[in-house]
Amino acid sequence: MGLIARALEEAGVATVSLTSAWSITASVNPPRAAFTDFPLGNTAGPPHEPDAQLEITRKALGMIALATEPGTITQVGGGWPTEWKAEARELRDHRTTREPTPQYERESDREAALAKHGDTALNGA
Amino acid sequence: MQSPPSDLDAVDYIQVTADTYASLGYDSYRWADNSVEPPAFVTTTKPLAQSRVALIASGGVYRAGDVGFTHKDDTSFREIPTDVPTDELRVTHFAYDQANARDDINVVFPIDALRALDTAGEIGELAEVALTFMGGIYSQRRLNETLVPGLVQRVREMDTDIALLVPV
Repeated sequence: MGLIARALEEAGVATVSLTSAWSITASVNPPRAAFTDFPLGNTAGPPHEPDAQLEITRKALGMIALATEPGTITQVGGGWPTEWKAEARELRDHRTTREPTPQYERESDREAALAKHGDTALNGA
Repeated sequence: MQSPPSDLDAVDYIQVTADTYASLGYDSYRWADNSVEPPAFVTTTKPLAQSRVALIASGGVYRAGDVGFTHKDDTSFREIPTDVPTDELRVTHFAYDQANARDDINVVFPIDALRALDTAGEIGELAEVALTFMGGIYSQRRLNETLVPGLVQRVREMDTDIALLVPV
């Protein structure tokens, strides 16, 4: 995502990237990043906490006016109990098989996509 | 490279991934290293309350009825109208725990927060569509030749002032 941020900025669009992976963001080096210290899969805030989610998005967008240095990373969200970090540091490959055909959260989504888009829904473009 | 504040105890995913792959005998993965090459940096005086904001998210977000994402180097993107009912949003991905995202899509796609900021007048306007893609594309060449130009073009067509990018 950092590469997209850099390309957008080169095209004249101001960007701010949320991130929960500080080291990756520091390496890819997008123009501005708002760091949330949460387990991966919750970059924009904890589930069912709309006030916390709103504050994170508000602070991230606020960096457009506040950040003055390219590559600024600012923490905007914390407070998640830290027990998850030990598991995140375990040397385990969490990836599932990388299926080459379109995947769906629900079977009903596959059926809806098939009705609307035909075989592309099953085989991809 | 900008180090995290020492009291933060941030998980170093580059190191964890390198150690994990090494322990499994896999080749190491190299993230883009632009740490000494500063990014372009737009300075704008336009107030946020007058700015048009676009949401771009990886993490495999799609709308029910859309074609899903493949889990292997999918460089396509979807356009999701920003007035979409939140309960029509879904995720599919090979690399992260989607339990929370499937329970509340806002954890990876902050659509309700952006709509609230739009309603409150804190942002000028939310762009008419959000752009979503899969991420986890290992070839930077493929990314730069296909996905990046497509996204940049759509963002510019929507007269976007600010893009909020949400990776997973």
